[in-house]
Amino acid sequence: MKKIKRIDLWRWMIIAFVGSYLLIPVFAMLEFSTRGAPGERSADAWTAIPTFPKLLSSVYSSLQLAVVVILAVVFILVPTMIWIHLRLPHLRRYMELICLLPLTIPAIVIVVGIAPTYRVLYQIFGSSTLTLSFVYFILVLPYSYRSISASLFSIDSHTLSEASRSLGASTIRMIAGVIVPNIKVGIMSGAVISIALVLGEFTISNLLNFETMQVVINLLGKRDAATSVAVSLAALIFAFVLLAILPTTNRSRSSKLKTNRKAKVAKYE
Amino acid sequence: MQNKERAISLKKFETNSLFRKIFPYLGVVPFALLALFFLIWPTLVVVYGSFQNLEGGYGFGSLIEVVTNEKYLNGFKVSIKLAAYSALAGSILGGLFSWAIANGNREGYFRRLVLAASGVFAQFGGVMLTFAFLATFGFNGMLTILANSYFGQNILTDASWLYSLLGLVVVYTFFQIPLMLIVFLPAIENLKPEWKEASESLGGSTTNYWLRIGAPILAPSFLGALLLLFANAFSAYATAAALISQGSPIVPLQIGFAISGEVSRTNPGISKALAVGMILIVVVVMFGYFKLQSKVSKWVKS
Repeated sequence: MKKIKRIDLWRWMIIAFVGSYLLIPVFAMLEFSTRGAPGERSADAWTAIPTFPKLLSSVYSSLQLAVVVILAVVFILVPTMIWIHLRLPHLRRYMELICLLPLTIPAIVIVVGIAPTYRVLYQIFGSSTLTLSFVYFILVLPYSYRSISASLFSIDSHTLSEASRSLGASTIRMIAGVIVPNIKVGIMSGAVISIALVLGEFTISNLLNFETMQVVINLLGKRDAATSVAVSLAALIFAFVLLAILPTTNRSRSSKLKTNRKAKVAKYE
Repeated sequence: MQNKERAISLKKFETNSLFRKIFPYLGVVPFALLALFFLIWPTLVVVYGSFQNLEGGYGFGSLIEVVTNEKYLNGFKVSIKLAAYSALAGSILGGLFSWAIANGNREGYFRRLVLAASGVFAQFGGVMLTFAFLATFGFNGMLTILANSYFGQNILTDASWLYSLLGLVVVYTFFQIPLMLIVFLPAIENLKPEWKEASESLGGSTTNYWLRIGAPILAPSFLGALLLLFANAFSAYATAAALISQGSPIVPLQIGFAISGEVSRTNPGISKALAVGMILIVVVVMFGYFKLQSKVSKWVKS
């Protein structure tokens, strides 16, 4: 009994220490952005957010970018992965290699190599921030690949695809109507990480001179620190709420498994 | 009628064995093109460009400049130090944190909350993180002001420590801890309670259990996570760029300076040579990570 208590004491000491490391800076952002006259709180920094049109438009283009990247993940990465999984299994290793490659090539290095490509893109598409979605798609590859491939391996995709084909489904129907709903959770968690990554990206957009949210926040920070801290905190809370409400773990499945296991244990007993 | 014709032409195609062989590969073309133009090609540009010399010709000039110039060598030294210290701090704190979370209620709301927050914080590096720490420890930061009003002049008063190597380590550790939690929690939750019970029933103490069972089992996962954290910090640019406005103490900042400043016009090879140096280090580290990772998965399967 005494021992359990000691473990709990250690647990909570660690949680309190690490937790305060992570939460004090976040709380400080709240405190800093609501400073008024000495000894007073004020919401001036927060109400000032809409008065920076550049800031609003950059938030808008970053959100647009996040949507385009997620669409690319859903309509390019997911079908390709399913296709390779089912039809071209000998390509799986190369696919994995390509998808994990961005982990070994720092974003700052990608900027160096991709700058000439973007000079060409500028000629074709103009200066639209949306052209960043090409390189952001590459950036989110490792994270989306991992979560999607984990759920692809957890289902019996071959049986599913053969069953749907024998019932007369076309390839597109088989992928969109049968496989995708079964790996929804993996796609969702990949999408959420992609949103967080796109909204937080600074390196590439800054050095390629695109005005994404982070670039504008950084510029604003030199002029109006309180407001840029307020926007940062708002973005942080937004990403956290997204991650907390979207079902990124398949809870119903895991609880089902658990009851199955319990039933099995009961049978053996 | 039309359908029939189409059927016939399709049949013709299908009897064409070459087409049948190639057809499945068409499905990967869009993805392959994207990967080619935005991942493979830029990497080749960097590697190829690192052989550009000062005079515009080709040779080892830029690469030699990078490995002999005191400034760039020092950049690599500070970068490696920063990555190593923050990876160590992050893996130890994050490892303990994983243990604390794993010992709690696994279906509970608290665990879910912590995991969601970790997902955000691990991607939180960059401008926003810099502002968070400036709001905490900066010259006008919350803790700086608090410490001043309670203790008078003290170590926190001079906020310039935040801009030094120590400051960078403290800031980087902030995003290393949640990353450690994400990669290490599954490993620590794989420890079966039966093993602990077995060790206890044989008279082993808690220390015995951790030294002889826990540590050997977790060692590959922990080392792998340590390497991943190292690569993560070594590659990071945004946080340092937003924090440090003068000088380029670490390699990513030197690259950023080289491509945005005058350097690239006088010597276009330098940024690429520095980038090749970064790739080499990260590839070696990540190779170790993947090796350890496969060791872990083999072990878990058997």
